[in-house]
Amino acid sequence: MTKTADVLAFERNVTKALDDGQLRRNLRSAMTTLSQRRRALFADVEAFEKLRTQGQSIRRRALSRLPELLEQLEARCTANGIQVHWAETTAEANAICLDIIRRHGAQRVIKGKSMVSEEMHLNHFLEEQGIEALETDLGEYIIQLDGETPSHIIVPAIHKNKDQIAHLFHDRIPDAPYTEVVEELNAIARQELREKFRAGEVGVSGVNFAVAETGTLCLVENEGNGRMCTTAPPVHIALMGLEKVVEKLQDVPPLLRLLTGSATGQPITTYFNMITAPRRPGELDGPREVHLVILDNGRSSIYGDPERRATLQCIRCGACLNHCPIYTRLGGHAYGHVYPGPIGSILTPQLEGLDEAGVMASASTFCGACEEVCPVKIPFTEILRMLRNEAYARGESEHDVKGHGYRYTTVEALSWKSWALYNTSPGLARIGSQILGKLGQHLPMIGPLKEWTRTRIPPPFAPKSLHQLAQERGLDDDR
Amino acid sequence: MTANARANILSRLRATTTQGSFAVPDAPVIAGLALSLEERIDRLRRMLETMHAEVQVVSSSAWLGALKARLRARGLNGLLYGAETPLGAALEAAWEDDLPPLVPYSESVEQCREQLFHIDAGITTTRGAIAENGALILWPSAAEPRLMSLTPGLHIAVLEAGMIFNTFAEAIDQQAWLQEGMPTNALLISGPSKTADIELTLTFGVHGPKELVVFILT
Amino acid sequence: MNDPFPAPIPRPGKVYYFGTCVIDACFPQAGLAGVELLQREGVQVIFPQAQSCCGQPAHNSGFPDEARRVARHQLKAFARDYPIVVPSGSCAGMLKHQYPHLFAHEPDIEEVQRFSSRIYELSEFMVKVLQVRLEDRGEPIKVTWHSSCHALREMAIIPYAKTLLGQLKQVELVELQNERECCGFGGTFSVKQPAISAAMADDKVNDIVQTGAARVLSTDCGCLLNISGTLGYRQLSIPTQHLAEFILERTQ
Repeated sequence: MTKTADVLAFERNVTKALDDGQLRRNLRSAMTTLSQRRRALFADVEAFEKLRTQGQSIRRRALSRLPELLEQLEARCTANGIQVHWAETTAEANAICLDIIRRHGAQRVIKGKSMVSEEMHLNHFLEEQGIEALETDLGEYIIQLDGETPSHIIVPAIHKNKDQIAHLFHDRIPDAPYTEVVEELNAIARQELREKFRAGEVGVSGVNFAVAETGTLCLVENEGNGRMCTTAPPVHIALMGLEKVVEKLQDVPPLLRLLTGSATGQPITTYFNMITAPRRPGELDGPREVHLVILDNGRSSIYGDPERRATLQCIRCGACLNHCPIYTRLGGHAYGHVYPGPIGSILTPQLEGLDEAGVMASASTFCGACEEVCPVKIPFTEILRMLRNEAYARGESEHDVKGHGYRYTTVEALSWKSWALYNTSPGLARIGSQILGKLGQHLPMIGPLKEWTRTRIPPPFAPKSLHQLAQERGLDDDR
Repeated sequence: MTANARANILSRLRATTTQGSFAVPDAPVIAGLALSLEERIDRLRRMLETMHAEVQVVSSSAWLGALKARLRARGLNGLLYGAETPLGAALEAAWEDDLPPLVPYSESVEQCREQLFHIDAGITTTRGAIAENGALILWPSAAEPRLMSLTPGLHIAVLEAGMIFNTFAEAIDQQAWLQEGMPTNALLISGPSKTADIELTLTFGVHGPKELVVFILT
Repeated sequence: MNDPFPAPIPRPGKVYYFGTCVIDACFPQAGLAGVELLQREGVQVIFPQAQSCCGQPAHNSGFPDEARRVARHQLKAFARDYPIVVPSGSCAGMLKHQYPHLFAHEPDIEEVQRFSSRIYELSEFMVKVLQVRLEDRGEPIKVTWHSSCHALREMAIIPYAKTLLGQLKQVELVELQNERECCGFGGTFSVKQPAISAAMADDKVNDIVQTGAARVLSTDCGCLLNISGTLGYRQLSIPTQHLAEFILERTQ
């Protein structure tokens, strides 16, 4: 069967990831720890179930009024002095950032962690324009030093162990001594970045929640780099996907608890940073300009379909990654796109098109672990199934996902038609099972059986099927 | 470009297909914590300490002495404070020569950036705290600017015990955040800065303060 | 005594039995064991010969039309109003929870919902509806347990299976370290993503080995096919067995 380009690329990545024993050990230990911490925080299962129903309700309430809330957010922010920009594409969002940076004659941008900026490939874009964009979150800093992208949406350098980071720091940071002591590595990064915070000209951050009611941008972090980026430079640019808006200030506390608890098992992060305005008259610090860039990049097309809309409930906690048996074995890079794991597998094919990323939807056994832990109850398996259907749906498709039908081949379609015929024709099935019973142990190892037997012995086809045995026992009909 | 983007995005969002519905489930009623003052103090203290903050519960009359005892002989190069606050006045009145010099944050950051990034300690008031998650509430202001609790390696926070709320939601409600209007910046702080980005090993003292000392005044 | 699992329906005289295609082809003895456990409780078991597959392979692989065709065929084969007992959490999940999704926009959705409401996984049926009490006649044995994901999450029937296992007094259950983790089967996933599937199966087998158990039990033969296939490939001689077969063997 011919394989599509995305499938081939993924297979290469998978092989590489699975062969990397160090990577697998690093991931396994980290994901186990994160899952255990989360479970400890939400030990009261009943209370957690209530809380996540609340989270689901808040997110769905916000999405059900999304256009109004975005307008309200814009109006409140504007009234507070925050300048709001809208971008349909990542190219537009990059251009907006560049324009702001250029207007201030800035050369150095300091960045807090933002997945939307990864989606925009902002660092790369700015570098091409001769502007230094420095990641300041420790994990992001580590991978930027190594020319990598995040492998996890919450702990971006989780694929590396401390030895690897020790070598990296020693090799890439001038005068950095070689050390494998985590505290010392941390101190090296602190030392390096302190001067950058002092001298940063523009700070860039993401947004965890944007409150429409008050025009407040909320940011969750532990290191203080996020506060630095949003407080020390004269200009702050906040980047958000358009789904991040919530209706009310009182929606924030439950979501905050769900976010930090699901991500790392913390009751709260060290800092919860709520920004409502640029520096006001009389105030002595804080940026004089705050810009909010609201990015679409395909989200509005997801929004248009009520069944796909649940994808936008996500609060980017990463719990689905931590609990995914596939992510746990591959890490984020193998997925080949910015958002990995279950959330990546439902979001990316919708943002970038099935022909680009449809294979991600096949990276699931439908085990449901993601759904079980999701703090806002995203119906992952339903959306994954819908994407698989779309991948084969030619012509007009029910959900009109970009690139639908890309995976259709006559051979595969015919084989499923034959399967259906076999399973709806008792006579045919009877003959088939007799053949299987006689020849099952001597089948040629081709097609699925070839894949199966790469690492397994062949299925033990029984001489007589249950159908036959049941008939012999007279169980057949309702008399 | 931007004007078009806005219109296009909003019109796409409004062009939702009518088939299929997007149900909003009812949010269950969740009873928040309801602790006594003693319990709130105790829980806050425990949670802050778990996150490596140092907490001292002390009477309003004795706290300055406790502060001085902590700072004496630490060799700090200065204590950043807000001169225009009642806390500032109290510090000035009680200060002694063998303590790190009091440094007021009285000029804009553009004038004193160097100093802000080099001073060892800063002291701020708090607007309250949250027992449930162990966080202090800070609303930085003109009198106590934002960087005071961020750039110094040691952040000292002063909290009135009566301002410890059960939950974040309760604090928002009882302190009337909505009615009062949100400040430029509101913060929850639950400890000294930390990271677990290397092998999930928790280490304290990253880009924000390395130490957080909280005086809970009873 | 307080019953932790109150019966949802009165004890029926007759039930349908949905054998599943994996059991049909590879593990018919497990299927028969389930039949005998039901008959032993005085329930008449009807096995419609027209039955085939629940349709899950197509449903999970992007071919909903084919899945619906096969599903409608089952609707016809199990036309009367009897409870339908299924010796698999995964197939039961498909019949009970996925059919209503699959037919959400179809004209026969109500018929499908009625069908789905009659589905019971075998151990669930034995505990909740038949309230069986087992008497262990076997030798002491140490076993471990594999929870299939659909039995665990979609059907949530693991408590029933473990209730039955707990009634076997000579059986010591040693749980897996990662019991809640998928074994990597995933139906067509195992051949569409063979490398990932194999890595998961390998880890599951390692987990099984470290328990020191003499047997691996489960409610789901799909998972067992994957696990026993991997055990066999690695030349490890730990037998796998469907719970029904194990129970029957020890209580005769």
